[in-house]
Amino acid sequence: MTKNIIKFLKTNFMCTFIAVFLGFMVACAILLITGYSPSLSMAVMFNAVFSRAKFIVNVIIKSTPIILTGLSVTLAFKSGLFNMGAEGQFIVSTIVAAILGIKCNFHPFIQIPMILCAGVLAGAFMGGIVGWLKAKYGIHEVITSIMFNWIALYMCNFVANSETFHKPESDGTFPINRSGQTLLFYDWKFSQEGRDYLQAHPILNDIILKTDFNLNFLIAVAMAILVWVIIYKTKKGYEFRASGLNPDAAQNAGIDVTKNIFYTMLISGALSGLAGVLSLTGSSTPVLHVLSVFENYGFNGLSVALIAGASPVGCIFAGLMFSALIYAGQTLQSKIGTPSDIVNIMIGTIVFFVALVRIIPIWVNRYLQKEERKNAQ
Amino acid sequence: MHDISREYAVQMHGITKYFGPHKVLDNIDLDIKKGKIHAVLGENGAGKSTLMSILYGMYSADYGKIYLSGQEAHIGNPSDAISQGIGMVHQHFMLVDKFTVLQNIVLGNETTNFFGVLNMRKAKKKVLDIIEKYGMKVDLKEKIKNLSVGMQQKVEILKALYRGSEVLILDEPTAVLTPMEVDELFETMNSLKQDGKTIIIITHKLKEIKKSAETCTIIRKGRLIDAVNVDDETEQSLAEKMVGRQIKLFVDKQDRVPGKTIFEIKNLSVRCERGIETVKNLSMKIRSGEIYGLAGIEGNGQTELLQCILGRRHADAGKIIMNGKEIQNTDIKNVLDSKISFIHADRHKYGCVLDMTVADNAIMEKYREKPFSVNGFLNHEERDKFTKQIIETYDIRPTNCSHQKIRNLSGGNQQKLVIGREIANNPDLLIAVQPTRGLDVGAIEYVHSTLVNLRDQGKAVLLISLELDEILNLSDKIAVIYGGEIVGEFRQNESDEQKIGLLMAGGKEND
Amino acid sequence: MLNSLLIALSITLMYSAPLTLAAIGGVISERSGVVNIGIEGMMSLGALTGAVVGYFSHSAWLGLMCAGLAGGALALLHAIASISFRADQTVSGIAINLIGPGFAMFLSRYFFEGASVTYPVPEKLPKFINFSYLKGTPFANFNIDVSVVLAFMVVVVTWFVLYKTKWGLRIRALGEHPAAVDTLGVSVYRSRYACVIISGILAGIGGGTVTLAVISQFNPMAISGQGFIALAAVIFGKWKPWGAYAACLLFGFSQALVVMLGDGTVRIPSTILSMIPYVLTIFILIIFVGRSSAPRASGVPYEKGAR
Repeated sequence: MTKNIIKFLKTNFMCTFIAVFLGFMVACAILLITGYSPSLSMAVMFNAVFSRAKFIVNVIIKSTPIILTGLSVTLAFKSGLFNMGAEGQFIVSTIVAAILGIKCNFHPFIQIPMILCAGVLAGAFMGGIVGWLKAKYGIHEVITSIMFNWIALYMCNFVANSETFHKPESDGTFPINRSGQTLLFYDWKFSQEGRDYLQAHPILNDIILKTDFNLNFLIAVAMAILVWVIIYKTKKGYEFRASGLNPDAAQNAGIDVTKNIFYTMLISGALSGLAGVLSLTGSSTPVLHVLSVFENYGFNGLSVALIAGASPVGCIFAGLMFSALIYAGQTLQSKIGTPSDIVNIMIGTIVFFVALVRIIPIWVNRYLQKEERKNAQ
Repeated sequence: MHDISREYAVQMHGITKYFGPHKVLDNIDLDIKKGKIHAVLGENGAGKSTLMSILYGMYSADYGKIYLSGQEAHIGNPSDAISQGIGMVHQHFMLVDKFTVLQNIVLGNETTNFFGVLNMRKAKKKVLDIIEKYGMKVDLKEKIKNLSVGMQQKVEILKALYRGSEVLILDEPTAVLTPMEVDELFETMNSLKQDGKTIIIITHKLKEIKKSAETCTIIRKGRLIDAVNVDDETEQSLAEKMVGRQIKLFVDKQDRVPGKTIFEIKNLSVRCERGIETVKNLSMKIRSGEIYGLAGIEGNGQTELLQCILGRRHADAGKIIMNGKEIQNTDIKNVLDSKISFIHADRHKYGCVLDMTVADNAIMEKYREKPFSVNGFLNHEERDKFTKQIIETYDIRPTNCSHQKIRNLSGGNQQKLVIGREIANNPDLLIAVQPTRGLDVGAIEYVHSTLVNLRDQGKAVLLISLELDEILNLSDKIAVIYGGEIVGEFRQNESDEQKIGLLMAGGKEND
Repeated sequence: MLNSLLIALSITLMYSAPLTLAAIGGVISERSGVVNIGIEGMMSLGALTGAVVGYFSHSAWLGLMCAGLAGGALALLHAIASISFRADQTVSGIAINLIGPGFAMFLSRYFFEGASVTYPVPEKLPKFINFSYLKGTPFANFNIDVSVVLAFMVVVVTWFVLYKTKWGLRIRALGEHPAAVDTLGVSVYRSRYACVIISGILAGIGGGTVTLAVISQFNPMAISGQGFIALAAVIFGKWKPWGAYAACLLFGFSQALVVMLGDGTVRIPSTILSMIPYVLTIFILIIFVGRSSAPRASGVPYEKGAR
């Protein structure tokens, strides 16, 4: 009996759960020491996410980009690459999408696919450069990614500040044209008919009127499944895995490892790009803001991937949890004055413990072996 | 087991050690008289290295006691061992490549002036004294990476002597040496013995025990089998004690007339990373139905030659011809497609992906072909069917391992999978590099007979090995590589070990 | 002309000082075999601590010391994860990069009524050379922070320790072949702990010099990427103290270019100028580094007895 419980401890799910739990505990301890009430804070955070349908929907909507960047990091991970550049790939995609979205105005059937493709390609291009630099010159992808993140940030500010795109008296560009947006029921919900209908259905009202209601989340879920299929069911995925786990052996088996580094980063960048363009088109304020610091969509994706243990489907859940934490953190500060940064500490601690709990299976195995030995004697 | 006495330099009594659930050492006794050369004999994985690691403080025994000169000793870590006069030369040398010989020798036991500032001059004098005393020739200023394996071993011995070792453990010291270097090592051992040092040599090579050691302890599967005087034993009797059954010291092989040349290298020149030409104008011809053994010490161009055949390294000049087609400077895929298969020296590094399943490892070269993948998607049923076939043909244990990580298999079973996979490619030429490294006797016999079978089916085998015995045993034709050139070629019946040994060390054939 | 040159020199040295301190920390850690990608996080916490302690104690020096301690404390976490728990060093480093800034901001809001910007410190670190009394001459704009001198001294001392002392010999061996060091009776774990903590202390001090010498308060942008630039400097400098120092000076210079060219005389948008250091880094890495020689065992957790 105890043996089964202990065996259960070493499953991936339990390890992650323990890490998350410890993350919460550390955050509570910090709150306690600094004189904030942990129980009140946790209650407020819980309410901030679950007390209204609107909140839940918002959490889901906000999780879309970080699930996608999480998938981007996960895919790279499987090939043994660390895509720290998801942030920059995300930004570049929004830049390209914003430019096209403002300058062009076709029918949505053309406009939306065009913007999506452009954003995805921009992300892929950015990721591809990093992959190329690694494959061709052997420069570590983490370093180049970080540099490109900053380059992307300043590129974004360049566009957002430029005469053509900058909207006076604002901190960003003009919004993209309506035809490029991927919001659902957007016109309808502000029409007389829509208002009347929603008034009669308070829950729908909450979900649709008060949020940037869109179906991007479904795209993210579809992508998670797609990434899973790529990694485990396709020839290319097999090559990615083999190259990631043992490049020398893969090379000797005739797999072109260098080429795969490039392809992986290309696809990885495309996913981050998709995250970027969807977060722009799915927003009711689809503008490119001047960035003073990173918005962390990419870096959060990194955390999501790590917490998910590089499992594509796990990214969905980790992304949702992450989104909930961030969303709750904002309420925390406005409601009871607890610094919202406690959420960042919590996330950091969770990632830290995720790194630590990998030792649990080793401990468990050691313990089980000792037991086995005792029984044998 | 002998009584505790001052006459014995080392006594280990009742040593038992577990790794996880496995009992790797079971109540082992070891008694070694002062001033003797004592051998610890056993197969790979018998536990002899573990036993010595316990004596050197790298592991601690679960049960048992250690006595040094009749006094019970507590050895919790290597520095305890060092301070009690025990030194160890590990099989994989513990040397920092980028450091000089002197830096390696003093590391961890530095002579300093004040505040830990190094005083290398004083250290150098001490080392030079030792070098003179035992007549070892080593250049202290040279970097380790520029030294031959034999030289590196001397540095390791110097390291131990510098720390005042009275008992010296040598772990598989002859594994990678030429016959000449082996003789030199034995000389050094003897002069150390003359000086009253005790030497323990861990090995599975019977010939060398007969040559060098006086007493011998035999271990099999973690159990003590016997402690004997070497003079009372023959190679055959030692072998049987080591393995526990009758074994063939030589491979059964019928004579066979080889066919036509299928693989040829013509005047090949290759450079290494540092731009030095390490394969020089090399030519060889391998015929079908022939095992072609390439003997040579590590670092004489074998790696670069292999990489060049693989297509991973550029050939500056010359041709590699397989079945009449030139394959130099193409890519690995093309090389594999031309019906050459490889068994790589280090299967963990070059042969398989430890963290993938056995089944995924089985299809490493086939995954891209039908029926293993169709339209870019993998067919897992075909994969599993194929894996099952290999597991059955090559008797891989456990038989239900196809969805386990290959990491969990024993070395012998991993190697069987690799060999099975490669032979399933139906190659015309199999290039086997150190195919029996780290395997136990049973697995070695299996690998050897597989290679001979392949040859009997009319295939060609290129065997590259650092173990001269293996080459002499298996090959129909033997070539010696030195400094990137073939310096001699013999038919099996014309070869003699002394001559080959001399060539391996760079001597001339008519010296 | 002389005026501009002197200003450029001042700015170069000022910006390169925090980078140098952090980069030398990186050199020490990586040379011992532990990749420290968490430098950024350690700098952040150091910067905040320096600003807070400096503000409350009125002593910049005390602030700097505490900055070092804060960085060292975070490094201890990294050491526990990567050495004792043999965790993935990059993951642990990323966690440190999340915890460091998060904690810094949290403390800022805690001490300064919810503000993400601290009050300015009453006293900055003193200037080592200050010619402001030479008003009217080009030299008036030339000054050298004490942090510049500190950084230089750290480079010299680190070089000396690494190449001239027994500890240096051991650290360098640790990064190449930890098992060799272990078999000679030197504890790999203890030595690596020491190196990682020292690296954190230096990163913390580096962060402290930003808030105590360059700007005089902590804000969310005080540490934005310096840690990563320092990391790039480690690689660019081939894991050698002087090399890393040279790289940091170069990054400092490119920063000076941004400041100098951004004053309006040249018509280039500041956003484009700001990219210079990053683009430069990538080009430098392409040209000079390639497949360079990192310490062989760097990033590999050491397990006793494993082969």
